[in-house]
Amino acid sequence: MSWLSPAMLFLVAWLAIFAQTQFPLVRDFIGTPPGILPALVVYAAFTHGIGTVTSLAVVGGLWLDALSGSRLGVSIGPLFAVGFVLHARQHLLLREQRYAQFWLGFGAGVVAPLATGGLLQLGARQPYFGPTTTFQLIVSGLFNGLACPAAFLLFDRLRSAFEYQAVGPGPFRADREIKRGRT
Amino acid sequence: MLKRTHYLAALGTVLLLVLVLMNLPGPAAARLKLAAGGFFLPLFGAVAGSQSFVDRASYDILPHSTLVSEMQRLERENAALKLAAAQGADAIAENNRLRTQLGALPRGPWKPRLCRLVARDSSTWWRTALIDYGTRDGAQINQTIVADGGLVGRISAVGYSQSQIAFVGDADCGVSVTVAETRDLGVIKGSQTTTDAGTAELTMLQNCPQVMPGHKVVTSGFGGVFPHGLPVGTILDTRPSAGGLYTGARIRLFANLNRLDEVWVLQP
Repeated sequence: MSWLSPAMLFLVAWLAIFAQTQFPLVRDFIGTPPGILPALVVYAAFTHGIGTVTSLAVVGGLWLDALSGSRLGVSIGPLFAVGFVLHARQHLLLREQRYAQFWLGFGAGVVAPLATGGLLQLGARQPYFGPTTTFQLIVSGLFNGLACPAAFLLFDRLRSAFEYQAVGPGPFRADREIKRGRT
Repeated sequence: MLKRTHYLAALGTVLLLVLVLMNLPGPAAARLKLAAGGFFLPLFGAVAGSQSFVDRASYDILPHSTLVSEMQRLERENAALKLAAAQGADAIAENNRLRTQLGALPRGPWKPRLCRLVARDSSTWWRTALIDYGTRDGAQINQTIVADGGLVGRISAVGYSQSQIAFVGDADCGVSVTVAETRDLGVIKGSQTTTDAGTAELTMLQNCPQVMPGHKVVTSGFGGVFPHGLPVGTILDTRPSAGGLYTGARIRLFANLNRLDEVWVLQP
């Protein structure tokens, strides 16, 4: 069942990217499409191998660019950078606490779109980058900050329900073994 | 050591992939984009199916009296439009006669085709959308899109069953326009000052104090993409540009880009 968690991760990413292109009223209200892909990359970085993180960044970035006016491939780099750094430094970061998950999601939700916007500025077509961009980035950060603990909760439950659990050490302790006879 | 090798392999793969993708020639990149967007076709189909189901269900619960009154209103409107079309046909014939005498090609009537908006841009950076109209239906780059009596944009990329449209105000949809009252020329470019999809930035207006809020803006026909005389919006306010070389203005678009569900493609 080790394939189930990555499969669910990709399925949720697919649905989340599709949802970004729908619901125009929500989009107008918050001023930006409600995307949670950076939060999913954060979750993948802490719980999966670098292969899954890379695949999610590549596939998610391609899907994201396919449904936008951006140049194809521009979203892959920032998503991968977020996943790569978190995966490489996961032993130094808190991951169990909900507030830590929130701030990691918030950071990813700000950094990934900001880096994408920065890359787009290097191209021929200049995207909008102005005072409301700050607001849009904060909204994106909040969305991902809330989505990140939700992803940990949902996927961890899913894994505990469907995947084999690691067997604990049990009651036997080698240092307490009574050895008879002379040693 | 093994972990380090994995990291380097992942980094190298992504760098190579991004470099290749970002350096693809325009048409190849557009085709690949629409192919990647094909992964979402089942979801687009599901949304369209559920929408038509809701529509049919709402028709079933409409009272008979409402349907009759709506039919009578449409009959009256149809009669008025037939009269206006008859007058318009006479004017078009006269216009084409004059154009022929001047040596210009006569203008044919547009064949409007109704299309549904299936997805909006997934990023905050652009004003684009996908419509359910592709090469199988005769889609071509630069075909004009209108809705609600105003210009919406142009087709910027085409696929087999879907096309991407760039809205007025997107960086990929510059429009040459005229202020109808004063005949001043200007250009609508990608907005760098607002994210409001209901407005657009008009630049390069000559320094003329005659342009006032409320004046109507129509397409000029220059540039060869949009036909002449399509309504675009009304002037909201004007201001001098930074260097004082020209006047800029904000315009309120006739087409409400935030509320679009269906658009018309003008087929030549």
